[in-house]
Amino acid sequence: MADTVKIHIDGIPVEVIKGTSILDAAKTVNVKIPTLCHHEDLCVAGNCRVCVVEVEGRKNLVASCAAPVEEGMMIKTTTAKVRRARTDLISLLVSEHNTQCTTCYRSTNCELQALASEYNVDSERYLSVLKPNLQIDKSSYSIEKDDSKCVRCQRCVRTCAELQHVNAIDVAHKGRDMKISTFMDLPMNDVVCVNCGQCVTHCPTGALTERRYYHEIWEAIGDPDKHVVINTAPSVRVALGEMLGYPVGTRVTGKMVNALKKIGFDSVLDTDFTADLTIMEEGHEFLQRVTKALKYGEKVALPMITSCSPGWVKFIEHMYPEHLDHLSTCKSPQQMFGSLVKTFYAEKIGVDPSKIVSVAAMPCAAKKFEANRPEMKSSGYQDVDAGLTTREIGHMIKQSGLDFVNLPDMDYDSYMGESSGAAVIFGATGGVMEAALRTVYEVVTGREVPFKNLAITPVRGLEGIKEAAVKLENVLPAFDFLEGVEVKVAIAHGLRNARTIMDQIKAGTSPYHFIEVMACPGGCIGGGGQPIPTTDEIRKKRIAAIYAEDEGMPVRKSHEVPEIKMIYEQFLHEPLGHKSHELLHTHYIKRKRY
Amino acid sequence: MNCCIPTISTRATRSPLNNLNTGNTMSSIKIKLHQQDIDKLKEVCASFNNDAGELINVLHKAQGIFGYLPAEVQEIISKELNVPLAKVYGVVTFYSFFTMIPKGKHPISICTGTACYVRGAEKVLDEFKKNLNIKVGETTADGKFSLSCLRCVGACGLAPVVLVGEKTYGRVAPDMVKEILAEYKD
Repeated sequence: MADTVKIHIDGIPVEVIKGTSILDAAKTVNVKIPTLCHHEDLCVAGNCRVCVVEVEGRKNLVASCAAPVEEGMMIKTTTAKVRRARTDLISLLVSEHNTQCTTCYRSTNCELQALASEYNVDSERYLSVLKPNLQIDKSSYSIEKDDSKCVRCQRCVRTCAELQHVNAIDVAHKGRDMKISTFMDLPMNDVVCVNCGQCVTHCPTGALTERRYYHEIWEAIGDPDKHVVINTAPSVRVALGEMLGYPVGTRVTGKMVNALKKIGFDSVLDTDFTADLTIMEEGHEFLQRVTKALKYGEKVALPMITSCSPGWVKFIEHMYPEHLDHLSTCKSPQQMFGSLVKTFYAEKIGVDPSKIVSVAAMPCAAKKFEANRPEMKSSGYQDVDAGLTTREIGHMIKQSGLDFVNLPDMDYDSYMGESSGAAVIFGATGGVMEAALRTVYEVVTGREVPFKNLAITPVRGLEGIKEAAVKLENVLPAFDFLEGVEVKVAIAHGLRNARTIMDQIKAGTSPYHFIEVMACPGGCIGGGGQPIPTTDEIRKKRIAAIYAEDEGMPVRKSHEVPEIKMIYEQFLHEPLGHKSHELLHTHYIKRKRY
Repeated sequence: MNCCIPTISTRATRSPLNNLNTGNTMSSIKIKLHQQDIDKLKEVCASFNNDAGELINVLHKAQGIFGYLPAEVQEIISKELNVPLAKVYGVVTFYSFFTMIPKGKHPISICTGTACYVRGAEKVLDEFKKNLNIKVGETTADGKFSLSCLRCVGACGLAPVVLVGEKTYGRVAPDMVKEILAEYKD
């Protein structure tokens, strides 16, 4: 048993492990201390001082997030002195904040607003010292940066550095001029930002938000000349409910489909369909690479790495441009969907593709950038016209006036509305790998993966880097060169962990054949476009909902989905075929790191 | 529908988003560094074992080589020491010793220490600003003069004091400013 410390918080006796902060100790006895710069995903900064408390025998107030407990401490969290100090601190923050809350995207979901309201801050207390003429950086397709709403808590800086190892933003200048800045104050689209949006989900205010496109989508829906199609990503259905009154981890798939139809989308389809398609293409690409390497001794880039996460793709383009050949050439499910909607789907339903507006509902900020990549036009049009975040979808549903909770469930439309459980797990870290293994193993051996109920548990969970090995035995004759081969796979989520994986590849020590990387911690369920906040507890609940959704699906393997079989029979003909290469695969760009 | 083509302003790559408190107007010009200076800078980095912890020391030496720290110099240091660019920029902008603007051929420093200040240094400073049409911390467009303030050169008996390059001027009055500048006409 570790050393413990006994203290009193507001008269309640508490015993916690030595080294625990006062803030965390208070949580164990349900004493809530307000915070602002603190986020459980990040290291302690202690710069906002909103969490101050009184410790008996000490002259000065103590920042509870940064102060470890000491034996016998008598802590008071709500004395008049503490309240006065907090009110002063919050008032000072408000005095340099752009308090146009009524027009702010984060209104009602803003931590500063909540604190100001809780402490009933008097706006007359300090004169506004908000700097005039601060411009909003709207240069990026994905992220807007509004310094007038920044409280300089540096959660974004810590996120970008600690969680993501990107370091696109840092603290610059000092004193009253101190600000969160890119290198040379360059626009966000001109620096190494990978658009993951983790800074957005970690920002307590409206200083960092995703670039919104839903106004334009409302316009398109209202235009009778347009055929507006939306496809929804796996992890949207397990998080959207959080914005509409449901507890974390509630699945709202059927209600979401119904709401989107009522909003006026001409067709509500499932990104899961192209997730299954990704497995078909990526699985065969993997087998092709392995065949070349093991059967013919050709030099191919192994390990192969997944390419579904556009934040990850831009990260490797910036940070490891010399290793782009390790990336699967498969487009992400969103982009596969886009190119098929304006070709296959348009043909099937008999609509002129120039009239189709293709929208993607995504848990992601980087998907907006990805939709606008200049090479993503294989249908002859911009394949995806707009990527909306889960939050934007939530706002649209609120704006529509629908009684979401009482909506009956509805099914996705066709074509491209059918999918398997293997596709829905794309939303959780390890999911793409699990889906790929379910199919690849069966293609090679003719048997199901040897895991109970198809649950490949070693690749599941929140551990930063997960490893698994699957031994191929009694393989089909076509794959005899794989007999006895142990396929080694790894899964990394959060770009910090991706860097570890890439450094191994760079050093030539990577022991793996196949690697899944997702830019955001937890995978897409913790994406930069998901409802705020996201913490590990919330990630776990969303992940549990994803696997529950998988288990409830009648088809659990990508290659068994009827519509997938149909699209290969009628349109694509074969995985990695000519048409696939034209529509479903892509290339990458070497970008500057410095 | 043209809804999804964002109206994105085409900025020059080096154009800062806003110059409100950055004072880096000069750095928006793309600079070509001399190869021998780049080599020298890389040697400096190597002499500190390319250790990220030596960033401030390296920046100090770099400013010695180039006279200032333009974006291009910061980029080399970032690469050599493996320190993120945004972090290098953060350090450069934090310390007033570091500058991203090249000093003029004749750097002008006006002492605004207590003694000089009470004897009218501010009026002298205003006169320099007016004549050169620049603010403190800036350099004239022809690169001839730059303007800075300093605190006490230890010659309070001569207050207010102005330094131009190595030369010291004492008991400077605003009406002397034109004459002083005229000395550096060439």
